[in-house]
Amino acid sequence: MEAEHIEIAEFIGRYPPFSFLPQDALYSVASAIEISYYRQGADVYCFGDDIHDFCFIRSGSVEIYRRNGHLYNRLSVGDVFGQLGLLMKNRVRLPARALEDSLIYFVPEALFNELCDNFDEFAYFVEVDDKRKLNKEVQQQQEDNALSSVKVGALIARAPVMISTQASVRQAAQIMTEESVSSLLIIEQITSFEDGGEERKKLVGILTDRDLRTRVVSQGIDLETPVTEVMTASPKTLDKETYVFEAMLMMLRFNLHHLPIIEHGSPIGVIAISDIVRHESKNSLYIVGLIHRQQTLAELALVANDVPACFVRMVGQESSAHMIGSAMSVIGRSFKQRLCELAEEKLGPPPVPYCFLALGSMARDEQLLITDQDNALILSDDYEASKHGDYFESLAEFVSEGLDRCGYPYCSGRIMATNPRWRKTLSEWRTCFADWIDVPNPDALLNCSVFFDLEGVWGNVAWADDLYQFIVNRAQKTPKFLASLARNALLRTPPLGFFKEFVMEQDGAHRRTINLKRRGTAPLVDVIRVHALAIGSRARNSSERLEDVIESGILPDKRGQELKYALEYLAMVRIRHQAEDVESGEEVDNTIEPDKLSDIERRNLKEAFNVLSSSQRFLKYRYPFS
Amino acid sequence: MFKHKRRFSWLDYLQEQSKTIQEPLLKCFYQSQLDFIQDKTLRAAEFVALDFETTGLCPEQDEIVSVGLVPFTLQRIKVAQAKHWLVRPQGQLSDESVVIHGITHSDLSQAPSLDKVLQSLLPELQGKVVVVHYQFIEREFLAQASVRLMGQELIFPMIDTMAIEARWHRMGWRSELKRWFGAKQVSIRLADSRVRYGLPRYQMHSALTDAIATAELFQAQVRHRFSDSDYVSDVWQ
Repeated sequence: MEAEHIEIAEFIGRYPPFSFLPQDALYSVASAIEISYYRQGADVYCFGDDIHDFCFIRSGSVEIYRRNGHLYNRLSVGDVFGQLGLLMKNRVRLPARALEDSLIYFVPEALFNELCDNFDEFAYFVEVDDKRKLNKEVQQQQEDNALSSVKVGALIARAPVMISTQASVRQAAQIMTEESVSSLLIIEQITSFEDGGEERKKLVGILTDRDLRTRVVSQGIDLETPVTEVMTASPKTLDKETYVFEAMLMMLRFNLHHLPIIEHGSPIGVIAISDIVRHESKNSLYIVGLIHRQQTLAELALVANDVPACFVRMVGQESSAHMIGSAMSVIGRSFKQRLCELAEEKLGPPPVPYCFLALGSMARDEQLLITDQDNALILSDDYEASKHGDYFESLAEFVSEGLDRCGYPYCSGRIMATNPRWRKTLSEWRTCFADWIDVPNPDALLNCSVFFDLEGVWGNVAWADDLYQFIVNRAQKTPKFLASLARNALLRTPPLGFFKEFVMEQDGAHRRTINLKRRGTAPLVDVIRVHALAIGSRARNSSERLEDVIESGILPDKRGQELKYALEYLAMVRIRHQAEDVESGEEVDNTIEPDKLSDIERRNLKEAFNVLSSSQRFLKYRYPFS
Repeated sequence: MFKHKRRFSWLDYLQEQSKTIQEPLLKCFYQSQLDFIQDKTLRAAEFVALDFETTGLCPEQDEIVSVGLVPFTLQRIKVAQAKHWLVRPQGQLSDESVVIHGITHSDLSQAPSLDKVLQSLLPELQGKVVVVHYQFIEREFLAQASVRLMGQELIFPMIDTMAIEARWHRMGWRSELKRWFGAKQVSIRLADSRVRYGLPRYQMHSALTDAIATAELFQAQVRHRFSDSDYVSDVWQ
């Protein structure tokens, strides 16, 4: 007689997705399952285990973990798990452990697939449930990452030590000693009538230990001098709701050691770089610190060996693509800065002021592991080729060679400061950009994706900002240029064929692969740049540009959010792929093999490429070529 | 020569049986059981949980009405390979046991005879360690049936999940002490034993459900009381 498992069928039928099944399907499940008992604390699945069953908790409870050991979900009687592993090429992605003594029912893979095929609601539940959990996971990632989730307000250890603008340098030093602080805020009392006569403290400057050393003692200044004369006026500040991560970047970028934190316009504390380091010691800051302490090129090259490990660690900590790109750019920038410093030590001080420029991904804060060095020089208008040419040629050679040895290979398009074409005075650069914008010929546009993202990293960096402002202003007013730029942004298409199937690259060793940079992130960055220039955004980072673009309202509803998601997703796949290459000791590149992706990844990737494709179509319509 | 009291040994018994018994089904069965005597660990063994439903507790008078079994290992209970038979009784079925088992007279009148069921049952037990809850029922009813139907006694070692519970809860100084102070004895019935291991209560009772319930209980007992590398021969009786 056939075994009838009414007990089991009746029970599982109470819980989704089994509750969507008709009676006979339920019986076929009940008579096909396997059962196992797990004692509290026992592993049901470990990471990377083979999985061939869809699991149902009959009694007890099970905890699902992420690879790094963080809790992902807690399941109890009637809950299911394992579908992700079944959809991911039978590899367990999220380990499961019994939280209590538990009895688990295992539904064999073949039957699970059959149920998905035959019962839409069953399939829908399994997939949606999965997505819901994935969303939850993304959220969790952001919550778990200390730097990206903690706000600067949380790092404030004490109320700020402040002094009025009337005070002298001596009084300032005294109060700093008494309070044993390394920075002092200089404030002005303001009575605001708008706020009902409430008194507010307005920050006008900051004075640090270092300022006392460099601006007072070493200059032999009279100690009765007003503190306002030696302080840093209008210092950079951050709102207390800013993420620690952004504070870190700001400090690294502007070489600040103290950052006043503001709430409702008044200072509420100061955070020092050491506060952040203490808060999160194992990150790129450590490498940045190392870079700035190395004395020779050989030593720098040794530090460069640690960069991939730092990258992998950030990926392991589930940092966002934005965060990883920023951190890698900060590291790359630090190498450039230190190399410029070393070059000046070797060659002597520069005969005329200059600014060393970063171009492309570094300027956008989107650098990853494998990246060409794209750089250039802005020289003072006092520059005379006959007198100063040799100096800057040597400097460029030194920095460029150094970068090559530190893992940033020479640019194949020779967009480097070593190329005399890309060492220009500020006026020459303006003329050059004006020409490119006014007469957008193919030659000019060829390099626009590199040159239109620029940033000063060393020397007179204010010139870079001026130049960028000039570019933004002029580009915005030149529809013809925007149209050309838009046309140019269509040259690299996402790998979606006519039937929306993947088109593989056929080049050389990388058969049946997709270059995620060339066919994914780069064209997306191009699209975003066109919109950003069109609305006059001064942002250089693609996410920030996109924020500005969304705010300006030039995109149709929801398109902006879609673009943001696609950008983050494509970048993240690229990043994870690079991290895997590093970990497995393979050569790091930007190509992925879709065959190796899971169904879910493949589907998400297709979706991201679709977003890119439709954004390119929109570009044609938005910036018509008249 | 020293004379000492010889302890009963399953090894001796099974060797004896496999030599002397002629009935091919039984001979084969005994030989397969011999394998477990030496060096078989719980981890490596294949088990089968077995449950009979009977019309009463007396093997001489009462009859088996249904048989359920499920093969399993320490890792998985293979429900897909579970078996369940109703057995046509020779005598009249009392109305009382109809109520208890929910099996009707007409169900049973169409069922195969015990003879036929035994022919199908024995191959399922072949090469596996039999696990029951309260060995008295299955062992005695099987012995009785084999004598009656095959002219040979069928007795073999079984793992008894109830005996394991009894060993734990009813022997040793702790339970002695408790009993001395008048504490109520711990129930070692199948359903109550299961609760102690966090196993669910099953609503239905049939030979099949109880066989699965027994298999689950034994997995739980091993996880709590034994180690995977213990020998089968240390656990059975």
